[in-house]
Amino acid sequence: MTSWMESQVETHSLQDFQRPAVSSKVFIQRDYSSGTICKFQTKFPSELESRLDKQQFEETIQTLNNLYAEAEKLGGSSYLEGCLACLTAYTVFLCMETHYEKVLKKIARYIRDQNEKIYAPRGLLLTDPIERGLRVVEITIFEDRNIGSAR
Amino acid sequence: MHLGESTRECEYSQISTRSSTPMETPYKKKTPKKRKWETFPGRNRFYCDGRIMMAKQTGVFYLTLVLILVTCGLFFTFDCWFLAEQLTPIIPVIGAVLFLFVIGTLLRTSFSDPGVLPRATPDEAADLERQIDVANGSTGYRPPPRTKEVVINGQTVKLKYCFTCKIFRPPRASHCSLCDNCVERFDHHCPWVGNCVGKRNYRFFYMFILSLSFLTVFIFAFVITHIILNSQRIGFLSALKDSPASVLEVVVCFFSVWSIVGLSGFHTYLISSNQTTNEDIKGSWSSKRSKDNYNPYSYGNIFTNCCAALCGPLPPSLIDRRGFIQSDAPQLAPPTNGLPMYGSTQSQQSHKQVNTVDCHLQAKAAHCDCPHNSGVLLQGVAHHTGRGPEPRTEAESHVRARFGAAAARQIHLKARGGGISSSPWSPLQIILMLGLN
Repeated sequence: MTSWMESQVETHSLQDFQRPAVSSKVFIQRDYSSGTICKFQTKFPSELESRLDKQQFEETIQTLNNLYAEAEKLGGSSYLEGCLACLTAYTVFLCMETHYEKVLKKIARYIRDQNEKIYAPRGLLLTDPIERGLRVVEITIFEDRNIGSAR
Repeated sequence: MHLGESTRECEYSQISTRSSTPMETPYKKKTPKKRKWETFPGRNRFYCDGRIMMAKQTGVFYLTLVLILVTCGLFFTFDCWFLAEQLTPIIPVIGAVLFLFVIGTLLRTSFSDPGVLPRATPDEAADLERQIDVANGSTGYRPPPRTKEVVINGQTVKLKYCFTCKIFRPPRASHCSLCDNCVERFDHHCPWVGNCVGKRNYRFFYMFILSLSFLTVFIFAFVITHIILNSQRIGFLSALKDSPASVLEVVVCFFSVWSIVGLSGFHTYLISSNQTTNEDIKGSWSSKRSKDNYNPYSYGNIFTNCCAALCGPLPPSLIDRRGFIQSDAPQLAPPTNGLPMYGSTQSQQSHKQVNTVDCHLQAKAAHCDCPHNSGVLLQGVAHHTGRGPEPRTEAESHVRARFGAAAARQIHLKARGGGISSSPWSPLQIILMLGLN
């Protein structure tokens, strides 16, 4: 009973003093200069200048672009998959993932990795573009209470 | 605009997701989890708990289905016996295979997501609006049409801003007025299949009309053969009296052949030149516009264009119909210490929504570019007929009618809330973890 009350108090104080407030969100838009393929702009947004290296940011976005290009690549393997699917009346996808879905899982893992290693320690959070309909890469900037001023 | 109630809803959900102990739950209202399709803002119908997605008007689709089923049913019942005996039993087998393929591709076209683009989340929309305002400078009585230009493969393409979805449409995307959605690589809205034809179901649509042309010609040819062979034995009129169903089949097939075969030919041309119906009707890449006009999306040769359209990778659905709605997405904090906030607070949201409704009405009068009811044949330039109240209000009233007024407010907020973080690390968990360490 007492431990429950303690946990109540603990949680309450955590909420009061360590609740991270979202200060702003930055949206990296799509780059359509190469056509309709999924590609994001690598221009470094000014809001992140104080938090992140330009190089790290560009590397993240470039890797994401490469992964999406891999997903949408036209080649022997994608044609084979398409023909096989057509011949089996698309029932093959009941037991198998499409190539695109496999790459999306890879992308999700990569973003999780990047968040853990690079972005979260800086009070930033990358949102997987698939959750925004592949329209934007959303970067949430959290208030940095340690430094003292909100961004 | 019910700000107090909606803000309370946000805070409630934030507190409930942070706590993992069941002790905290006595204060949490137990609401059943809703799937995302239930709060989908477009004018679509969903069946089988979100697995099937169709347009609102499905009457013509049922007509298509009935026509195909009845004609094939009559063929198998009345003509196949004679043909199998007199000629070869392979005929009904080929007929059956064609029939199954036609039905399979029809259902696949009608039931799948054509490539709907989900609407922008409130934060995204606010960010875009801010950028547009900065770019425009002064705002007159009538806001200028919002376009962005981009150079693709040497051609200048205009990207238009969609007032309903609050996004800049990707190239080749278009907003379907019937379904009230932006669809990627929008071809046309086909009432015969009861759905839009877009990036994700174009290949099924093409295979449907191609196999249907073969089936129609097949049935037409063999019913005529049946009548001719039969009339050689017992005379023409007796042959007709013997199988009256054949007459019906011939009539249906005769009228279908022209339109279906014509449509297949047209779409074969579109696929080989990598154009959409939309682009072809408008003559976007026609050399008549200017000497330098060419299609920037074409791969250069017919074979690659066909392969890309029919055998390319199948993109996944972007709208996640069957996911559950969760409200643990990080909300922007209310302004603290007088600092300016980038995103939208609730009051800004509602203000902007009112503004965009006005803009939407004006913009609709100014520009509209989705083929409306192109159906089987090309109906010419897209137009909006007077359709009464503008779609955004209609969509909301649809929600209100379905779920009641109170639910509509809640759902409106959640629908506008948009993207949900489904990754295993919620943003708060990461920050708390690092903070505690």
